[in-house]
Amino acid sequence: MQEHIQLDQKQINDDLLSGVLRTPRWWLPAITVALLVFLTGMGAFGYMLNKGVGVTGLNRPVFWGFFMVNFVFWIGISHAGIMISAILRLTQAEWRRPITRAAEVLTVFSLMAALMAAPLVHVGRPWRAGLWVFPYDFARGVWINIRSPFIWDPSAVMTYLTASTLFVLIALLPDLAVIRDRTTGRARVLYSILCLGWRGTPRQWKLQAVAGILLSALVLPVFVSVHSIVSWDFAVQIGTESWHSTIFAPYFIIGAIHSGVSAVATIMVLMVWLWNWDKYLRPDHLDAIGRLLIVVATTWFFFFFVEWIFALYTLEDPEIAMRELQVLQWPWSGLFILFLITAFFFPVPLWLFKKVRRSFFWMFVTTISVNVGMWLERFLIIVPGTMRKQPFVFDWGSYHPSIMEILMVAMTFAWVVIGLLLFARIFPLIPLFDIKEGMVGRDEIKIGRRTVPASIRE
Amino acid sequence: MSKEKEKWGMVIDVDKCISCQACVVACQSENNIPINSEDIFNQRRAIEWIRVERYWEGEFPDVKARFIPILCQHCGEAPCEPVCPVFATYHNEEGMNVQVYNRCIGTRFCANNCPYHVRYFNFWEPEWPDSLKNQLNPDVTVRSRGIMEKCTFCIQRIRRSKIEASRDGREEVQDEARSINPACVNACPTETLYFGNFNDENSKVSELKKKENGDHGRGYKLLDELGTEPNVIYLKKVDPSAKEEAHA
Repeated sequence: MQEHIQLDQKQINDDLLSGVLRTPRWWLPAITVALLVFLTGMGAFGYMLNKGVGVTGLNRPVFWGFFMVNFVFWIGISHAGIMISAILRLTQAEWRRPITRAAEVLTVFSLMAALMAAPLVHVGRPWRAGLWVFPYDFARGVWINIRSPFIWDPSAVMTYLTASTLFVLIALLPDLAVIRDRTTGRARVLYSILCLGWRGTPRQWKLQAVAGILLSALVLPVFVSVHSIVSWDFAVQIGTESWHSTIFAPYFIIGAIHSGVSAVATIMVLMVWLWNWDKYLRPDHLDAIGRLLIVVATTWFFFFFVEWIFALYTLEDPEIAMRELQVLQWPWSGLFILFLITAFFFPVPLWLFKKVRRSFFWMFVTTISVNVGMWLERFLIIVPGTMRKQPFVFDWGSYHPSIMEILMVAMTFAWVVIGLLLFARIFPLIPLFDIKEGMVGRDEIKIGRRTVPASIRE
Repeated sequence: MSKEKEKWGMVIDVDKCISCQACVVACQSENNIPINSEDIFNQRRAIEWIRVERYWEGEFPDVKARFIPILCQHCGEAPCEPVCPVFATYHNEEGMNVQVYNRCIGTRFCANNCPYHVRYFNFWEPEWPDSLKNQLNPDVTVRSRGIMEKCTFCIQRIRRSKIEASRDGREEVQDEARSINPACVNACPTETLYFGNFNDENSKVSELKKKENGDHGRGYKLLDELGTEPNVIYLKKVDPSAKEEAHA
């Protein structure tokens, strides 16, 4: 099925550590730009802290806007990690090997971006939000309300963040030891500490493998829990009729996987373009991820369709009013068409062609398009839902994001870029040991006249 | 056994409302609500714990204006309560839905989940012109930016009446005493609003409830089908031109 490129282990080390042992020429300008965007967003946040949430475009009844959209968007992106490293690991999909770490790291930083978007800049008094996200104010007896989905959210996100961080750390150990052996001075001290005394003994390898598989299995519930809970932020509300739907949880989950796996494909292409790892990330890998995406995207579209049927079948006035705004009134209608095209009708038919799936350029374009579409999807669920709320037409509202909101949204994007760039500078973005394991797994030896695999997978 | 707690509520006779906005202004000054300037209105961030909604019925020239004062319904099954992550909004023993300003962190979840849109967010730090600073009511907290607020049924007046009753050695506060009424009720020139204790069978609101909550009464609750069980009863407009509906 997949083409064989056997590389010796020295070459693997040299190639994959190129970003760690040397600074690529584009790295400094790239991270400077990202930092500038991030700091501008932080400036906007500071301005908002000083003046109040009034500097955003939020109003009554549109109490949730861009920040909430971005919260959902980043949680969606974070589903990349669990899909790639847990599901594909347990199903033993061989093509996941070079991409597992990038997906997990993307998960970690996008979860942080989500936390940045929702509790941090979203709430009216962020300086008190800590009591909610870390509800351990025992001394004053200020307890949290566990009936609120906003309590389920931090617990789900924190669980996921902890699990992903552990995933990354455990998979890093053997690679950190490799870097330790190739550095001198202070860097060597740092990596010696980080690799926790990894020597590559059989016992250590065994523990590391067991830990990886255990984690994969243990975080499986997270696969369904995190985005279900995010969807319940909306679905439990009777105050906003168009959100009050039982299909939201599965619909949000599959949407999250759609955008998450697309984001992984985008990162794959970027890794090839920026670090020239084309020996490791082959068109084969893109092909596999493209085929996975066709399935995911089509399932997502099915849920999207059913959600509409659910909504229209009830023939309730608030639902109809909201749908009417979504599809018939400018500019929402334009955004709706753009969303449909970018999330489904542009990328999916293209993925049906093998040439597209194997082309780095086209996979980049289509997967970026998917995430533009999925961002718009969340926007079109959240904002029109609150604009056309309920029969009191006197209170129907409108919403325009302010420049401050846009800056703070850009900040979350810059944060993920900074995180990935810094990570790639300090740690190898493609797991060395996993690649080597894959190579060894494919080694063949001659026994008599027959060629047989050198190792048998347990 | 202690005597039954009060269940405060309101009856609003829509037929009498002339949309003079006296209730809105009274509420504004009683409850230290910041001045809603033209700018704030245009931002759609005005804070009016009670507001009079205006709807047009019919086509010109045969057009009628309909008014309905809307305030917090103090729901028995309030949708805003379970969604607050920090218990800033909860139900007290007197059937009222109350907001603890100090706990609120401003997630605006409650506002989104309120089908009546009667929760208001302080988008800006509230400000008053110098001439109005001495007018602030000392019995009511001045809220800061970043938190939710809403109608309290003028709980400070209820508390004061109770304290005065216990000081004078009276058994219970009198329902007829106007000092217990919320500011909007006292300001209404047409007696559209009635305030009182639904658990007291002799109160005006209980009387109206008994009289109007039947097949032939005018009583109804806003968005009753949502099951929020509001403590505010509306009496519908008397429309002589309306056709008599046959009761099946």
